[in-house]
Amino acid sequence: MQASLSQEPKKRLAAVYDWADERLGLTGIIDLARHKTVPDHKYSFWYYWGGISLFFFIVQVFSGILLLVYYRAGADAYESVRQITYDIKFGWLVRSAHSWSANLMVLAVFVHLFSVLFMKAYRKPREFGWWSGLILLGLTMVFGFSGYLLPMDDLAYFATKVGLEIPASIPLVGDLITNIVRGGQDVSEVTIQRFFALHVVILPLMYIPFLGFHLFLVQKHGNALPPSEEAKPMSERRFIRFFPDFFAKDMGMWLIALNILAILASLYPWQLGKQADPLASAPEGIHPEWYFMSQFQILKVFGRWFPGAAGEALGMLLFTAALVVLVLIPFLDPGSKSGRRARTVTYIGLGLLLGLIFTTIWGYWEV
Amino acid sequence: MLNEEVVKNIIDSADEDERDVLTRREFVWLGGAAVGAIYLGAIGYPVYEYLSTPAQRSAEAAAVTQTTLDNAANLPKSSAMMFKFGARPAMLIHHEDGSWSAFNAVCTHLGCTVKYEPEQSRIFCACHGGTYDPRTGANVAGPPPKPLTKFNVEVKDASVIISRA
Ligand code: HEM
Ligand code: FES
Repeated sequence: MQASLSQEPKKRLAAVYDWADERLGLTGIIDLARHKTVPDHKYSFWYYWGGISLFFFIVQVFSGILLLVYYRAGADAYESVRQITYDIKFGWLVRSAHSWSANLMVLAVFVHLFSVLFMKAYRKPREFGWWSGLILLGLTMVFGFSGYLLPMDDLAYFATKVGLEIPASIPLVGDLITNIVRGGQDVSEVTIQRFFALHVVILPLMYIPFLGFHLFLVQKHGNALPPSEEAKPMSERRFIRFFPDFFAKDMGMWLIALNILAILASLYPWQLGKQADPLASAPEGIHPEWYFMSQFQILKVFGRWFPGAAGEALGMLLFTAALVVLVLIPFLDPGSKSGRRARTVTYIGLGLLLGLIFTTIWGYWEV
Repeated sequence: MLNEEVVKNIIDSADEDERDVLTRREFVWLGGAAVGAIYLGAIGYPVYEYLSTPAQRSAEAAAVTQTTLDNAANLPKSSAMMFKFGARPAMLIHHEDGSWSAFNAVCTHLGCTVKYEPEQSRIFCACHGGTYDPRTGANVAGPPPKPLTKFNVEVKDASVIISRA
């Protein structure tokens, strides 16, 4: 009697599973997960950073939708963020989580990009993974930039003003593009409204398909081996199962990320400054968010070194060159087995990374 | 002697109900589920409070028992004014004979806001034609099942004080 009681639901569950399996091919998917393996070596730690970036993006979508419940774009923007921060229960926490997670997400995406670069994971057949990753990085930065203006406190206002200097210094068309993005000559309610549309509609609409494509490719090609592992004979390579071993570790990383985010967001709540006053003069040492600091500083010193428009033009030339190099990375290292070619990319990567860190620190030094 | 017996007993009993003791696997699952539930609660509680703040505020507002309408004593005779009592619309009527009435202005049928019509000497709901008596609030015609809730009115200098009956 007892046996049949526990047997019945199991049988029924199996029947439901069979029904769905016939139509969805679930067994195939489960088999795939069961047989998928992930290389296990001393650089395996860096495989987690794509997943960590994904975790923070999920947090952004979730907390962002919560903010949308009370946020009002336009002239009322500051007042609505003030209400979220001081009036709505736990609103400070939701806002703090969104802001902290935004910064952690940008950081995770940068770490992911450089680990892919140094592990040479952009090589054939993974070129499209590299390019879609670059696009995701760009979109992430635009996400951060457009979101930062939305509370419209004095810091957001002036940081957006100076941040828009970067596109404005594109030769010839820079001013035109910037005025369209800004919706006028100056940052105003019009700017908030279009940054808002960008931030919550256009960017997610663009981001999610690229993310889907990126993840599809990761699944299709699996994790890349760094050259040092590739050089080893098959018998010396070690693998772990994707499911449940790698997956469990992945989730462990997410848990660590969640805890770090919870600690930062609750112990260091994101601040709200005074309401932006377009007639007030800028406070000392205004600068954009840290992930735009490098470009900001380069434009600043080039402006000092080269008079007039030349400085800006040279700065833009440098950014364009860096971008072109990043895009062409897979071709600079066409999967040749000789370590020589691959070393070129290592040097380029180190140059970029050190350049970014150096100009960022320099920028903070000067403000 | 005794010790040996106790140990033997424990071993025996452990053997007997082996099935009831948690296996390592079950223990890990249970622990994981418990920790998961704690995280879910730690995220779910703030989210619930965040989303329900306005509902809590309006419940607090609805709990008010009295409100003062400044300068409402100047309201002309045979006319009415709308005001908010707590979170809901309410209506103050100054009758032709100089007396006052105040009602909750939410129709007891399906919740439309009612209107005072002095020419017809009635309170009327345009949604389905409900009609109430303007002095008592009694539902006199149409679909409304109940009278409008009546409030106490006290005129003090230029102000009118409305309170729950
Ligand atoms: C679908 C996804 C998203 C939605 C619906 C969303 C929604 C919002 C909303 C409504 C605000 C205004 C409230 C406020 O300023 O506190 C905001 C602010 C912000 N968002 Fe997002 N967001 C999303 C994704 C992202 C992503 C991916 C990033 C960055 C990588 C980001 C970075 C920011 C930043 C930095 C702020 C300013 C926070 C502040 O100072 O208050 N958001 N977001
Ligand atoms: S809601 Fe007033 S009569 Fe139906």
